[in-house]
Amino acid sequence: MAMRRVLSLILSVLSTVTLLWTQSGECNNGRRSGDAGDTDLSGFSVPLEHSFEVDDVPRFRLRGALQLKGGKENGVYLSQNQLSEKDRITLKDVAAADGLYRVRVPRVSLQVDRQTERPSEGYLTTFVRACALVESHLSDVITLHTDVSGYIIGISIVTIPGSCRGIEVEDEVDLEVFNTTISVVAPVTAPAPETAPFIERMEQEMEKKGKNPQEQKSFFAKYWMYIVPLVLFLMMSGAQDQSGGGAGGGAANGGGR
Amino acid sequence: MAWLVVRLAISVSLFYTASAVFEDQVGKFDWRQQFIGKVRFALFDTHSQASKKLLVATDKNVFASLNSRTGDLFWRHVDKTGPEGHIDALLMYGQDAVVVAGNGRLLRSWETTVGGLKWETVLDTGSFQAAALVGVQDFVKYVAVLKKSAISLHDLSSGSQIWVENLPDSDTVQYQTIYSGGNGLVFVFGVVPNSHIVIVEYKIEDGEIMNKKSVEAAWMSSLESSCTVISSGILLCVDQITQSLYTLLLQSAEQTEMRQIHLQTLDLEVASGFQPVLTSTQPNPAQPPLSEFFLQLSPDHHILLQLKDGLIVPLRDFNPSYLAAFATSGERTVAAVMSPKNDTACSINLFSADTGRRHLDTTIIYHMDPNGGKPNRLYVHAFLKKDDSVGYRVMVQTEDLTLTFLQQPGRVVWMREEALADVVTMEMIDLPFTGTQAELEGEFGKKADGLLPMVLKRLSSQFILLQAWLAHLWKLFYDARKPRSSVKNEVNIDTLSRDEFNLQKMMVMVTASGKLFGIDSKSGTILWKQYLENIEPNSVFKLIVQRTTAHFPHPPQCTLLIKNKDTGLGNLYVFNPIFGKKSQISVPALPRPVLQTLLLPVIDQDYAKVLLLIDDQYKVTTFPSTKNILQQLQDTASSIFFYLVDSSQGKLSGFRLRKDLSTELIWEVVIPTEVQKIVAVKGKRANEHVHSQGRVMGDRSVLYKYLNPNLLAVITESTDTHHERSFVGIFLIDGVTGRIVHEAVQRKAKGPVHFVHSENWVVYVYWNSKFRRNEFSVLELFEGAELYNSTVFSSLDRPHPPQVLQQSYIFPAPISTLEATLTEKGITSRHLLVGLPSGNILSLPKMFLDPRRPEVVSEQSREENLIPYAPEMPIRDEWFINYNQTVSRVRGIHTAPSGLESTCLVVAYGLDIYQTRVFPSKQFDVLKDDYDYVLISSVLFGLFFATMISKRLAEVKLLNRAWR
Repeated sequence: MAMRRVLSLILSVLSTVTLLWTQSGECNNGRRSGDAGDTDLSGFSVPLEHSFEVDDVPRFRLRGALQLKGGKENGVYLSQNQLSEKDRITLKDVAAADGLYRVRVPRVSLQVDRQTERPSEGYLTTFVRACALVESHLSDVITLHTDVSGYIIGISIVTIPGSCRGIEVEDEVDLEVFNTTISVVAPVTAPAPETAPFIERMEQEMEKKGKNPQEQKSFFAKYWMYIVPLVLFLMMSGAQDQSGGGAGGGAANGGGR
Repeated sequence: MAWLVVRLAISVSLFYTASAVFEDQVGKFDWRQQFIGKVRFALFDTHSQASKKLLVATDKNVFASLNSRTGDLFWRHVDKTGPEGHIDALLMYGQDAVVVAGNGRLLRSWETTVGGLKWETVLDTGSFQAAALVGVQDFVKYVAVLKKSAISLHDLSSGSQIWVENLPDSDTVQYQTIYSGGNGLVFVFGVVPNSHIVIVEYKIEDGEIMNKKSVEAAWMSSLESSCTVISSGILLCVDQITQSLYTLLLQSAEQTEMRQIHLQTLDLEVASGFQPVLTSTQPNPAQPPLSEFFLQLSPDHHILLQLKDGLIVPLRDFNPSYLAAFATSGERTVAAVMSPKNDTACSINLFSADTGRRHLDTTIIYHMDPNGGKPNRLYVHAFLKKDDSVGYRVMVQTEDLTLTFLQQPGRVVWMREEALADVVTMEMIDLPFTGTQAELEGEFGKKADGLLPMVLKRLSSQFILLQAWLAHLWKLFYDARKPRSSVKNEVNIDTLSRDEFNLQKMMVMVTASGKLFGIDSKSGTILWKQYLENIEPNSVFKLIVQRTTAHFPHPPQCTLLIKNKDTGLGNLYVFNPIFGKKSQISVPALPRPVLQTLLLPVIDQDYAKVLLLIDDQYKVTTFPSTKNILQQLQDTASSIFFYLVDSSQGKLSGFRLRKDLSTELIWEVVIPTEVQKIVAVKGKRANEHVHSQGRVMGDRSVLYKYLNPNLLAVITESTDTHHERSFVGIFLIDGVTGRIVHEAVQRKAKGPVHFVHSENWVVYVYWNSKFRRNEFSVLELFEGAELYNSTVFSSLDRPHPPQVLQQSYIFPAPISTLEATLTEKGITSRHLLVGLPSGNILSLPKMFLDPRRPEVVSEQSREENLIPYAPEMPIRDEWFINYNQTVSRVRGIHTAPSGLESTCLVVAYGLDIYQTRVFPSKQFDVLKDDYDYVLISSVLFGLFFATMISKRLAEVKLLNRAWR
């Protein structure tokens, strides 16, 4: 049973973390290469914007386009441009000033039919320290979180590694291309009390008991060899308590002899 | 076999967690106080002279009997909360008390000596208007209940309905009051606002309408507030606009309009904007009321008037006077009037009702509490003395819900602080050191000023310590000679000092009425109280401890964020939590509503933590705001983050502080309100310590906990309430980066959700709408077998999401509130304190709420001491920490660590307050009460002497052998 739980956990983790890499504008769609072709048919695209400014006032620019695929599997695919020379310099400057690198996506629903229902209003924003992004050579993990009905409710970005150690990034090439892992995470269903397996197990125990006549012996009949010494031990220790003072005196007398 | 082992394991684990009190421990370290709430009706039992009963009905839907000599409760009945249990009327006759409850839904009769229910009748629906006792021929037999559209008469001894009649034209006429003068008729008064009064007469025997008339009264809007019946059936009304009194003879056929008497003719005038109040008295429901009545002309002006031969005669003018009330004993009716004496005291005097003459030697001086509110209700208990003069006692209720019972000449017999029936928030503060301890502590606080002075200082303080110790010994010796009973441990605000294990603390309680209390946690004695005027009642209060007692000589400092009644803006009230005194520190003005408060660990030179207040324009106000603080804030601004929750838009947003104390938005999470709404957001408690970083597994590897101090637990409930589709959402969001760490949905679940967020776990309780039961669910977060960065936790640098484990259980009882125990260092295992609606508090070991409980027992899980999974959570009687001391309507539980690691202080509050200590891992650091000191010391001494003697003997023996 425990094995099944672990398996299901792993499965759920695997299914939610849909790995898609984008390199030099050329898409490398990890496990779901088959889906990539369908995105144009059933999916839609929303802009992923970023902002990094030396004065730390957000001015969002387009970073790439998120191809979202509706339906249950929540496929997502990100196509993004290279960073320009100017952007690279700005990013390094921001990193040096310990500024923030912000990203945002509009609030949309992954359900295609809901798209038309309500126009997106507002954005979901998050940030990462610019220095962490620079030091990780633009390798980031972006996660879009949806609620039960498929609305995107939050976005998170982390870089791997996530720390800022003040390492100088010499090579300009390292800052040209994003190495992004993007995924969509839907809420997991929390487990309810598991009564059925418990009852099943109880029944099995009962059956086992019924089959094995030796098990039907009473508790005392089976464990008398443990209980009797225990009781004796307890009685002894109890007796010691009462005669403790006397024993001390006795020791003194014994020593005297 | 395996099953048996499992059972054995369970029983062993239970053996370790069982924590009940012994019979002789009852009341040793716990206490309970019972309250009733704001008194709406109070009646003294005048049935017999010796009676001590005082019947009260309150706004908390409590009906109780108090002992008027001590103020203790004889009995108390707590009805349902809300309008269902609302007490509409309380009437008393003889030994019976009749209560109308639930907006006229239930009519009950109670036996007043023991509080037993005599009978109960369910009344027809319809909103309640009035109730009155009805007497026939000097004998009260019935009770009449007036509803919006019907009147019913019930037998007083059995509750059976005699008759019920629909009121004529009840859709246009508002029937409001009822009157019976014992002449076989019941009068019902109705009003068509600004048009006319309708009077209907019913015959008591069969409910036949004897007469119905309408009288012109264009000035009248409400009967209840402006009319009363006096003398033998005369309706008396007062109107502010025409400045007149109106009278109407009820049983005369010819009078078709009310007779107007201008107040001017009596040389009286109603204060502008004040609705005048008429007070009459009907000592016996079977007889008509007296012809004397009070007219209140302004908040502090009453006048006693008499109707005599159709003329109104002033008997006595009471100017100024705050309160006036009638009371009757036997045949004598008296009036008690409270008048101001000076700034701090009022005098209450007794006057005879029929003449207005003052009774001699009847003054009671009522001293007003300078930290309390103004008196607003006066209840008088009159009795006949042996010499046939009238004596009396009074009960005064003040704005801050203090009940004071006084007797002549002003002795306070008892006092009840009913504001404590509605505690909103509380904190427990360490008591200060004694003078000598403080002296020693103070040495470390001061800056070093040379070697020699330091040595001298040390010597002097140690000399003082020695002196104190000797004094203490002398006191012990002195007390030991005195008989035990005379040695009393009086708790006094001046002698308050920390005990050895810091078990005694100051409980600072904030109540809904705006009154603050300082209560000694050991005895429950109220040590100080402070009423804050101009506070919007029932608004949100936030109590913050800015400086604890640890920084001698600086006094501890608490700050209360309150909402002003008039302006609706926030306001800071800074006070010393030990003495309750308002601090003289200047407080920043808050011109805009405050959205969020944040207590930073940044401290100023005075060791007060900095409080940040964020207003609705996201501007930050700091308190205190010294230069030092602002400098520190500027240096650390980029690492100060805070979050805001807007549940109406489902928006959670994160902000970062800028150097100029403005803020910038850095993250935003929006949970669409169409699907679910945010019901609660909780972070972790700031004073919580986690001792172990991980859990040791069966195979000796370590599973590290995900201990994110910035983690927020957000609970949502679905807007769809259908039992199949409703759900409860759980979001774990990092408060700094806005990253959603975990997101789960509990299907087929409904609120109310209670939850605790602590260490690396969240426990929540919800209602399973499919199976109709309460369920517990526990979420635990682990980093895995390796720590990402073991030295420090930073939300900005934790790229890997934690592993989340979750398990759910059935809980076989409803739940009122949930809290976790808290200890000094976090070594002791945790328990959950579950407040049940039955008033019990269950201490549930966290061990039972562990998502790693295995379904199949293995060698490893046994090694780890994991209890095998069982879907149902057990409830054991020995887990109830408050044995039979139930806490009525428990609303909150506060836990605080003590100086002993094993001990956690618990205060449960609701209608009652209960304080106790819990020992989640038993008292591993304390010797038992019955520890045998005699045995251990006699053994020690015995062995010592045995060694000495045997050594001596061995020496002798050796010597002898040497000689041989």
